[in-house]
Amino acid sequence: MTRNNTPGEAATAHRVNYATAKMGMWIFLFTELLFFGGMFLLYSVFRSKYAADFHTSANELNIFFGTANTAILLTSSTTMALSIALVRKGNRQLSILFQFITIVLGLAFLGNKYIEWGTHIRAGIYPHSPGLEQMGRGKIIFFSLYYVMTGIHGLHVLVGICVILGMLFFTAKGIIHQGDFVKLENTGLYWHFVDIIWIYLFPLFYLIT
Amino acid sequence: MTEKAPAIKMVSNKTYIIVWLCLLALTTATVSVAKLHLVKYAIIPAIAIATAKAGLVVNFFMHLKEEPWVLKIMLFVALFALTLIILLTFADTWYRYGLG
Repeated sequence: MTRNNTPGEAATAHRVNYATAKMGMWIFLFTELLFFGGMFLLYSVFRSKYAADFHTSANELNIFFGTANTAILLTSSTTMALSIALVRKGNRQLSILFQFITIVLGLAFLGNKYIEWGTHIRAGIYPHSPGLEQMGRGKIIFFSLYYVMTGIHGLHVLVGICVILGMLFFTAKGIIHQGDFVKLENTGLYWHFVDIIWIYLFPLFYLIT
Repeated sequence: MTEKAPAIKMVSNKTYIIVWLCLLALTTATVSVAKLHLVKYAIIPAIAIATAKAGLVVNFFMHLKEEPWVLKIMLFVALFALTLIILLTFADTWYRYGLG
């Protein structure tokens, strides 16, 4: 790489790095889109085949928890976006606070999921459970998809939390600052993507009774 | 150097808050519509509202509005590929098993 001699050149190099780093993140998100897309595809084909079973199975899910988790994740996306805006304005302290709030909201989401899954498991509905095996094929497929899709989504939330935690330290140490914030920006892109997946999961699993 | 860097456009905090309120309003809307029990057609408003919410997140939180056209086309191609995969799969299952 050439050395940047003038501030103008340095700024140009910075902008190019910024654009390419972001494009790399978007390409990664496209692979994630197709990864989740495959599961949405399975969902839609099986739903069209076992429509009645899917409708009755969804009754087992708690709309209150689903709605609360949607609100939590949407709010966490907002705090994430604000934390990036704050870094860009030079307010690292407040940005750290908003990143921390985002992490807390992510943990609250996972806590809710834990309670939800716990309720199903205690009710005897989990993969290969005797109770579930006795139900119809459509119900078995619904709950398999439910566990796999919300499970993998939850795993993404967990990864997101860990990455934001890393960014929080970077911001505190001054590695992320007003002039270089692409790491935080890309973390934001990932977090918002995970939010969008939930935006679709919520109506497809909870609101089809 | 640091003065030059934020040449990338910035969304105001006020916009973020408005988008957040819109997202919460749309969530309330989708739950209310689900209570109407439209049965077979319930999927249409559900997906429409979810897509509106995703649109808000992508454009404002993920700053797609400010991105160059190359990225917009790339996103379009990715979404188009996914739609095509879903449509072709449905064409196959409908042909085999009928419209159910």
